[in-house]
Amino acid sequence: MSTIADIQNEIVAEFEILGEDRESTIFYIMELGGNLEPFPEDFRKEEYIIQGCQSKVWLVAEEKEGKVHYRADSNTDITKGLISLLIRVLNHRSPKEILEANLDFIPRIGMGNILGSQRSNGLAAMMNQMKRYALAFQTKQNA
Amino acid sequence: MAIQVNSIRSEFPILHQEVNGNPLIYFDNAATTQKPKVVLDAIQNYYEVDNSNIHRGAHTLADRATRQFEETRESIRAFIGARESAEIIFTRGTTESINLVAKTFGSTFIQKGDEIIISTLEHHSNIVPWQMLCEQNGAILRVIPITDAGELVWEEFEKFLSPKTKLVSVVHASNALGTINPVKRMIDAAHAVGAKVLLDGAQSTSHLDVDVQALDCDFLTFSAHKLYGPTGLGVLYGKRELLEAMPPFLGGGEMIREVTFEKTTYNTIPFKFEAGTPSIAEVIAFKPALDFITSTGKANIHRHEHDLLQYAVELLQDVKGVIPVGTAAEKIAVFSFNIQSMHPFDVGQLLDAKGIAVRTGHHCTQPLMRRLGIEGTVRASFAVYNSRAEVEVFAQAVTKIASLKNK
Repeated sequence: MSTIADIQNEIVAEFEILGEDRESTIFYIMELGGNLEPFPEDFRKEEYIIQGCQSKVWLVAEEKEGKVHYRADSNTDITKGLISLLIRVLNHRSPKEILEANLDFIPRIGMGNILGSQRSNGLAAMMNQMKRYALAFQTKQNA
Repeated sequence: MAIQVNSIRSEFPILHQEVNGNPLIYFDNAATTQKPKVVLDAIQNYYEVDNSNIHRGAHTLADRATRQFEETRESIRAFIGARESAEIIFTRGTTESINLVAKTFGSTFIQKGDEIIISTLEHHSNIVPWQMLCEQNGAILRVIPITDAGELVWEEFEKFLSPKTKLVSVVHASNALGTINPVKRMIDAAHAVGAKVLLDGAQSTSHLDVDVQALDCDFLTFSAHKLYGPTGLGVLYGKRELLEAMPPFLGGGEMIREVTFEKTTYNTIPFKFEAGTPSIAEVIAFKPALDFITSTGKANIHRHEHDLLQYAVELLQDVKGVIPVGTAAEKIAVFSFNIQSMHPFDVGQLLDAKGIAVRTGHHCTQPLMRRLGIEGTVRASFAVYNSRAEVEVFAQAVTKIASLKNK
């Protein structure tokens, strides 16, 4: 299985192909949202909404055989695309791998530039919430 | 007289830039307008030549600054047709102006069981201060409903009016939908039951002729930055007899006549309400902004902007997936819309990629959005320096975005 670093490099390479054109980059991100697995309706509740995002983002995580399985959804297509990238990088990994991951693909693809500070803050909030889930599972594993 | 857009644009330095590789199209004018060079020059000149604290200065610079400061007050008086410049209070913005009235007029003249009427169209800044007041003193807030087109339901307004009504605080033109309310009729109806009227003119003063004596409103609030002027400066107009009867808002310098540790006597209006050092540079630079509007002509500006609005509607009304929001008969130049199956935030971001600046979201009118059953809108709002060519680029971009999800 590719490492977190490998997948981040893949993503950076994909965005490099898109080049500088902001519109096609956003279209691409919106398309990526289609890769998200369907979000279980039972979890579409206030308590699973990530605070700090302007759009609504629901995130749930489960632990299966020592690996974390994330599912997420949003009411905006761009945000869905962004979460799909985070999930692609972090899904089905051990809590330890997730906590140690250096997620540098976001600045490397110039996301702050493309999407502005509001979306970038939202993205950071999503990343933190994903790590928080990993930390909770790790604590449980070590207990 | 037709607006010469190119000549007007040359007065606004900020417009001549590219954003994301495209010429900037600035359609976020309901949030704030851009500033003509005369305003920028006035700010710079003030700091380079005249900077000094105003009033009570015994030196030349203080005198120059004071004179210019008071000249703006007089310009505002003329701009809104007030009787005297003492009725013009400087604040930090519309929000502070409304809060000032709520805290001083409200807490003195509105009692438990009295009623305050607002409308569904209000901005949060004309909802929350009244809610706070009602919580404090047990007054009751009544909200005039709207039709699906975004117009007030007159019969419901009339039903609310009674001797219990102490204040009607209503927006002149809606920031989110553009609806122009029938304020003259509303003011007359409110006065007939003895109520006072506050007009939130944040959106109307830059587009429409607002004459406080002709309208006979008791208070008018607006912000300089929506009238091609600087940020951080607002205006409260109030009738002299009301301002005099109201207690001061903030305590401090400027607003006093005499202070001893036993008792303070307050200054006369307008100074009673202007505690502390005001935004001197901003006040001074607001005068050339008003002069710009007056010399361009309000009627010309309104006609030009209205033409842009009609053009946008014409180009987009039949585009599949485009849903206009707010279709009142009388509107300022605000085109609010949604695209079927898309979030306004995404639409805004895609327009930004084309260099087009619009606002997205609830526009600080969450109760209105809830009434309309939507989360928010995309809002394009036009100003005097916008052109038909820009509207065409915008319409093409919107049409393309709409086609993504509406084949």
